[in-house]
Amino acid sequence: MATQTQERRLAFLATALPPIFWVVVFFLAPLAIVWAYSFGQNVSLTQVDITGTFANYVRALQPLYLGIFVKSIVVAGVTTLLCLIIGFPVALSIVFASERWRPWMLLLVMLPFWTNLLIRTYALIAVLRTQGYVNFTLEWLWNNASWLMTMVGLQPLGDFTPLQLLYNNFAVVVGLVYVHLPFMVLPLYAALDRLDKSLIEASLDLGAGHSRTLFSIVVPLALPGIISGIIITFVPALGAYLTPDLLGGPDSQMIANVIERQFKKANDWPFGAALSFLLMYATFAAIALRAYFSRGKAAEGHGI
Amino acid sequence: MALRRAPLEYNRTWQMRAWLFGVFFFLYAPLVALIAFSFNDSKRNIVWRGFTLNYYHKLFNDQVLMIAFANSLTIAFFATIISLAIGALAAVLLWRYRFTGKTAVEGAFTLPLVVPEICMGVSMLLFFTRVIPWPNDLMWPLSLGSIIIAHVSFCFPFVALVVGARLASFNKEQEEAARDLGANDWQAFRDVLLPHMRPALIAGGLLAFTLSLDDFVITFFTSGPDTVTFPVKVYSMLRFSVNPEVNAASTMLILLTIVLMIVMMVMQSRAQKGKG
Repeated sequence: MATQTQERRLAFLATALPPIFWVVVFFLAPLAIVWAYSFGQNVSLTQVDITGTFANYVRALQPLYLGIFVKSIVVAGVTTLLCLIIGFPVALSIVFASERWRPWMLLLVMLPFWTNLLIRTYALIAVLRTQGYVNFTLEWLWNNASWLMTMVGLQPLGDFTPLQLLYNNFAVVVGLVYVHLPFMVLPLYAALDRLDKSLIEASLDLGAGHSRTLFSIVVPLALPGIISGIIITFVPALGAYLTPDLLGGPDSQMIANVIERQFKKANDWPFGAALSFLLMYATFAAIALRAYFSRGKAAEGHGI
Repeated sequence: MALRRAPLEYNRTWQMRAWLFGVFFFLYAPLVALIAFSFNDSKRNIVWRGFTLNYYHKLFNDQVLMIAFANSLTIAFFATIISLAIGALAAVLLWRYRFTGKTAVEGAFTLPLVVPEICMGVSMLLFFTRVIPWPNDLMWPLSLGSIIIAHVSFCFPFVALVVGARLASFNKEQEEAARDLGANDWQAFRDVLLPHMRPALIAGGLLAFTLSLDDFVITFFTSGPDTVTFPVKVYSMLRFSVNPEVNAASTMLILLTIVLMIVMMVMQSRAQKGKG
């Protein structure tokens, strides 16, 4: 019947058009404009001409900006590695936890993940600053040690000088690890949970030690999940803006901070656009890498 | 020392316990301290001087902050409703139909999940200043329009994800039965498919609400000089100083998030139970 096919087509259009319209107009078009801007140049304060120039990309490859790119990659890499080292035992422990405890442990991992990023960063400022909790604790220990030394007849230690824990690269890495740990633990958990536990038991029964079992049985079997976790952690860490902005010093800028400056302060939008797209390409490369590694396997669940 | 334990009970070892304790301490101690010191009767955040609700009192009398909070809730509300509609349609589209260019459409729907926040923020800034300049002097809810649109763009893929997962468990025969009994497309959708999607819609809606409420980076780029949201306001506060008022504001937002999350988890477990 003609009317029925017509009705079907109408239903299809009613389903397809709104989301496609939205994603094209309010997501892809803005990105396309940024892309176009990256080939433009400033002609006046508010006027940009799309001239097809590659000058912005050439400028982005200057040592100064290339250095910041490399530094962002290194910082995100160190963050990811630390998350892996810290998060792997946690994921393992959740997998082997009893049924009763497992949901609660997952909840404990996820709760900070849902807490506002800004608030978590702010919480770290209070911990790390010169009059923060870490320095406060250290000072207390120092004074006690000093007092103890006078008690046993030694020279006191002298005045405590607070450690500079904030506004440097150390703080940025701590902040990024703090924020991104759940990104690592959840995919690791998903991968380890699917692991056939009898393989581990077999390995132990056959005389392999715990560390040998870990590195020659557990890690290879969970490798797709580990790679997933690495990339899911690395990608947002690479594009992090807030953490280096609030915890970093003048020399711990990451690429997102440079992009922000081009748009909000330096008013060099074409250059900022070029940097944005370089960051996008780096992100896509990382994601393509993940697709390459999990090729042929079932899609990784990384339950959010 | 050969402790007698089953080979896989890693959690019984003290090393593992110490590690877990350390990690959860690292994750929670800063937040607990933040909440505790919002009740501390001292300007300095470091020594406990007694319980007070002073900073909450100050907070509720802070006009600018309350407006920012109202703005955030309004934006989250509208962004959630639009995201639900768009996200649910996107999920149904990908689940039900085969059409040319489906892979591309699917890719476009997942792209907002992976594009770095800063790039998305920058693209919204460009879009709403150079392409569709959002007027500054609009009436109140409309003045938030550009932020709402930006939020929908990164929230709806999450809704589509949650709803899509739920649709996978739908038995298509139910819908066919409805058709055989004389329902048209719309009736079958409304009376059979929609009720099946409901738990996912609630979970997805809460997810979108939380994401919208929490967003700083994209809002920071999209908002004009006159529209301030709660996270943007907190950002400018803590640029100045670390003080208990920021703690109080943060505590309120944390509480709100926890409540939303608990509701969401309850809904999700219900949705999973209904899978059959």
